[in-house]
Amino acid sequence: MAHIVIDRDRCKGCYFCIEFCPRNIIRISQEHNRIGYFPAEFIEEERERCTGCKTCAVMCPDTAIEVYK
Amino acid sequence: MNAIFKRPDNLTDAATHFCPGCTHGIAHRLIAEAMDELGIADRTIGIPGVGCCVFLYRYFPIDALEAPHGRAPACATGMKRAQPDRIIFAYQGDGDMAAIGTSEIIHAANRGENITVFFINNSVYGMTGGQMAPTTLLGQQTTTSPFGRDFKSEGYPIKMAEMLATLEGVAYSTRVSLHSPKHVNQAKKAIRKAFEMQINEMGFSVVEMLSTCNTNWRVSPLEALTMIEREMIPYFPLGVFKERTGKDFL
Repeated sequence: MAHIVIDRDRCKGCYFCIEFCPRNIIRISQEHNRIGYFPAEFIEEERERCTGCKTCAVMCPDTAIEVYK
Repeated sequence: MNAIFKRPDNLTDAATHFCPGCTHGIAHRLIAEAMDELGIADRTIGIPGVGCCVFLYRYFPIDALEAPHGRAPACATGMKRAQPDRIIFAYQGDGDMAAIGTSEIIHAANRGENITVFFINNSVYGMTGGQMAPTTLLGQQTTTSPFGRDFKSEGYPIKMAEMLATLEGVAYSTRVSLHSPKHVNQAKKAIRKAFEMQINEMGFSVVEMLSTCNTNWRVSPLEALTMIEREMIPYFPLGVFKERTGKDFL
């Protein structure tokens, strides 16, 4: 059982995490963050499908993702 | 629930000034992770060149020196000679290292100074507005080569990692890329290896990282990653060009 936590206000919306997530359980948020980007967000309903592979965190240029397992 | 991936201890909480999708952020994190793992942060000094990397001192909780444009290897030489027990790394872009500081980097490498240089190759001058750099690819449009780089007037892109590998003083010269998770993991190993070379006093180590500049390439961050794979890697092949296994210098 794993999940990720995305720091909304650190995300600049490059969407590398969405591109590289092998399970496609990250999406673009509908609301912009404090610095004006539409951040990536973890789909909480799909939480049990996350394997904690860290691919999203490895590719995040702003180190906005933490992975828990 | 344990955190299996979190922000490295040697990266401050400051938000980076980089554009969305800039792989400088990945390179910074990899260096911080390598410093974490090797436990060298308290005796490391970073020297950013001039360019987008210039705010390095904000992002790492280590001492840093701002070098004049292109002169980071020269400053690193002085620091290493004055304080040989410190770990000194320079962090330079392609305009800084391959154009303005060519002389400094080549002579620092040739002297075999025991320093580490991280070279971010994104094939343009990023901070100043996307001018042509020596590493700009043939046919690539920049603000100073609007019809594409032509070898008849501007020459060919410089392959720094291969060029430095020919010098006797160099202990480790490699080129890695930051465009996919697999390549980022390889880059992390290369960065760690470069630091280990310095810790073991093997000589000069350089890691060239193929990086993106989606703002000045005028593409989206994701398209920029595919451009590394499609256009840069065929000309700048990845690999280790020199790796010294023992202190075998003359």
